[in-house]
Amino acid sequence: MSAELLATLSIFLLALLVGFEVIGKVPATLHTPLMSATNAIHGVILVGAMLVASVAETATDYVLGFVVAAFATMNVVGGYVVTDRMLGMFQSPASQR
Amino acid sequence: MSTLDTVVRLAYLAAATCFVLGLHLMNAPATARRGNRLSIAGMLLAVAATFVLLVDSGATTPAGWMVLAAGAGVGTVAGLWAARVVPMTAMPQLVSLFNAVGGGAAALVAVPELVPAAGAASVRVPAALDIVIGTVTFAGSLVAAGKLQGVVPGRPVVFPGARVVGGGLALATAIAGGLLIRGYGGGAAVAVLAVAALALGVALVLPIGGADMPVVISLLNACTGTAVAMAGFVTDNSVLVVAGALVGASGAILTALMATAMNRSLPAILLGGYGTGDGASGPGGTGGAPVRAVSADDAAIQLAYARRVVVVPGYGLAAAQAQHALHELATVLASHGTEVTYAIHPVAGRMPGHMNVLLAEANVPYSEMRELDAANAELSLADVALVVGANDVTNPAARRPGNAISGMPILDVDRAAAVIVIKRSMGHGYAGIDNALYTDPKTGMLFADARAGLAALSAAVKTLVG
Repeated sequence: MSAELLATLSIFLLALLVGFEVIGKVPATLHTPLMSATNAIHGVILVGAMLVASVAETATDYVLGFVVAAFATMNVVGGYVVTDRMLGMFQSPASQR
Repeated sequence: MSTLDTVVRLAYLAAATCFVLGLHLMNAPATARRGNRLSIAGMLLAVAATFVLLVDSGATTPAGWMVLAAGAGVGTVAGLWAARVVPMTAMPQLVSLFNAVGGGAAALVAVPELVPAAGAASVRVPAALDIVIGTVTFAGSLVAAGKLQGVVPGRPVVFPGARVVGGGLALATAIAGGLLIRGYGGGAAVAVLAVAALALGVALVLPIGGADMPVVISLLNACTGTAVAMAGFVTDNSVLVVAGALVGASGAILTALMATAMNRSLPAILLGGYGTGDGASGPGGTGGAPVRAVSADDAAIQLAYARRVVVVPGYGLAAAQAQHALHELATVLASHGTEVTYAIHPVAGRMPGHMNVLLAEANVPYSEMRELDAANAELSLADVALVVGANDVTNPAARRPGNAISGMPILDVDRAAAVIVIKRSMGHGYAGIDNALYTDPKTGMLFADARAGLAALSAAVKTLVG
């Protein structure tokens, strides 16, 4: 196993642990926005999509690049917008009555 | 490492930090929106850094840029449109759909790494895993979204030999994946792997019933996260690894919470066949025990003279679009001093926390929403518990062994001084068993559609307290 892979593996494991720690504290009230926000975060695959499209040379590559870019952008944009829309509905008691 | 490379990597690190801090801010409703926006900033940073990297390397052809721009344009329009128009009741479908495209994108990113049959094992292993997990998630999420939307039957779809088919598909996936990892097959093996994994995703989700959807959505969310992390290994990109791990952790936590809330093990859920479909109500009846039907006026008197009312909403409330009618009743009650809170079971909706969003949409402040334990403490002190559209999660049978819901954590509605249940008929919930709460002497059944029943209650309470 190369040093790079080992380093990436460490990052992965630590991020997983940070995730458990941070997300475990989110109250049940916010679980739907949480899921939708994490959904948007995994749209970061857009970065991967850009890297794939950047080395495209054949027609198949281009089709692949188009589909990946469309999927990933829909994931990012839709995910964040809908999360923001939902969170805007959560009102504090002060803003009511 | 060149200066630009260093800057880009630092930008990725900053983006990952934004994601973590953004999620941290989601631990309270007051800061959650800020958290999401911080997360957006991180995303913009990551994308901008990648853009700079691509421009600098100059490897991208003009056609490549056009393809990228066209794809991003289509995705943006589709995403914006979906996010704006979808009603809150359909949120689980939308989240599933975004899950599907995310998983699909993650799988496709790995394809170019495997098609020329070369490269190190340290790339081929995560690439194969990425394609398998991403593709299974893509197909599974689409089926789940279809079930939630009612396009695909919500009931468990099982046929003789389904397990054998599933097993065969899993085997085919494993063989094709193994060949790819050993460096054989190239494009053909990738195609076999993709088709087998697509079919496997469908076969996994089809037999799972509507009642188990909160678990399935959470699990698929975790899978997409894992697929994205694998894509990070493939492209040696730290921000993908970190983001993927965060999503994986979040999905895993929610999966465990949902499974616990239903007292069902994950393997049992995945094997499927449990429960019925959407809004199914088996032949009614409560084993012959009498139920006490009450009129809206009688129920209104109980509510008007109660000091503490705990509302127990279930998905039936949302299905009847009655959230606003419920909030109106609560406002009338609160205006003359009755304390109203909402007891929300973890699986009250179709995804984790769904009921909270539906109530928030109807302007219910989050400070009035109670989670299971707090709700049960309040229920035992409540003068009246008002159950609207919830069934199995209120069934005292869960405390006894030997039935379909034994051991499931429930809301202790039967411990309130009096109970009013708004329900259309004596139909069963998902579990298909009788609810002893309905035959409890202190329970009054108000047989009505949720929205009409709540409106009648509001009107009656208004005339009582003038």
